[in-house]
Amino acid sequence: MDKQHIRLTVNGQAMEADVEPRLLLVHLLRDVFGLTGTHIGCDSSHCGACTVLLDGRSVKSCTVLAVSADGASLGTIEGMAEGGKLHPLQQAFWDQHGLQCGFCTPGMIMQASWLLEQNPDPTEQEIREGIAGNLCRCTGYVNIVKAIQQAAGELAAEPAEPAAAS
Amino acid sequence: MIPPQFDYVRPADVGETLRILKEREGEAKVLAGGYSLIPLLRYRLASPALLVDIRDVSGLDQIAEVDGELRIGARVTHHQIETDPIIASRYPILADAAPTIGDPQVRNWGTMGGSIAHADPAADWPAVLIATHGSIVVESADGRRVIPAREFFIDTFVTAIEPAELLTEVRIPAPRGRSGGAYASIERKAGDFATAGAAVQLRLDDDGRIAAAGIGLTAVAETQFAATHAERMLIGTQPGHELFEDAGREAAAQSRPVADNHGPVEYKRAMAAAMVERALHRATERAREA
Repeated sequence: MDKQHIRLTVNGQAMEADVEPRLLLVHLLRDVFGLTGTHIGCDSSHCGACTVLLDGRSVKSCTVLAVSADGASLGTIEGMAEGGKLHPLQQAFWDQHGLQCGFCTPGMIMQASWLLEQNPDPTEQEIREGIAGNLCRCTGYVNIVKAIQQAAGELAAEPAEPAAAS
Repeated sequence: MIPPQFDYVRPADVGETLRILKEREGEAKVLAGGYSLIPLLRYRLASPALLVDIRDVSGLDQIAEVDGELRIGARVTHHQIETDPIIASRYPILADAAPTIGDPQVRNWGTMGGSIAHADPAADWPAVLIATHGSIVVESADGRRVIPAREFFIDTFVTAIEPAELLTEVRIPAPRGRSGGAYASIERKAGDFATAGAAVQLRLDDDGRIAAAGIGLTAVAETQFAATHAERMLIGTQPGHELFEDAGREAAAQSRPVADNHGPVEYKRAMAAAMVERALHRATERAREA
């Protein structure tokens, strides 16, 4: 059960660590790298609070092994804002009051960023289906959907930017 | 919860994977997406000494039609199936089932091969393979077997895969003639496992009668199974509302659901019948358009 050395890119920065194979990706991020923006909610792959981008795909990091991410590129909520300026999704969640307690927000934003990468102009139904794996216990989702719609509009108006995690 | 300790390897190809599985026969588990296996580890329902992660194994992530069959590599994700153009145009039964699995994150990383090897009785793919008379390719250091789906799913979490074997591919016969397929399922809430589901693949003859019928049921027995009684009563008949209602009832009668938090036995039987009926209608419409 020796520790294994892993190297990966997190928000564009090269990182490495010696980890037990059983270490979960979310614990690598939070406990080893100190990136506590990624939350642990249900701890059983239902709630989506731990959603991060792994090689450009949104995944639930409570149910991925850290060793499986060896060599991969990760995107987390800490990588969204640039130069002190909130990402359009973050700004939209603020503007539209897309959160109350805020616990689900990092996962919602990472999932929404994947969704808009796949489908830059989603319908309301597509947004709702796109965040079906992310639970919010406060808002009733209405303002979250509005926030994602706002961000979709702003991102479409902006010149193309490189994706957060690829 | 934290998984128990295990060793971890990430072989680069199928040959190396098979060597490891043979050397560590009975001690090793194959890891693909992990959305089934990691929860088992976390709840301490499984404690393999070694995980063999097939993330780097090449050649297992393709979808292609070859020799009259659709071939889906073991590491193809549910999302790949959901967005594949060949599947969207020619295999509506798969296109129906893919978006009902888990949620977007699960479909992004979870694989068809992993779901099939795990064999949860409420998983959606097994019934689809049963309805289409698909097969599952498994390989070991000693050779390769192609196992018909109808012989593959043995019991809850039990399949025909031997400990030193690796599931490498899933095969589904290409539809021919006036064929149509559909998958219908009911779940309590978004992202939940199905309460009941039905996969149907039909072929019509020149007079519009049913020439071939495959029906697989999800979540209403210890494992997915073929509703053979209903299949037999459909052959040679003209599609119709009454017939499909009877076929739904016949399929439900062959089911063996158990009461749980998804509902009592009577409810599950009623839902199985309704899903069979719904899938039969949709499959018929598609066959008529084919």
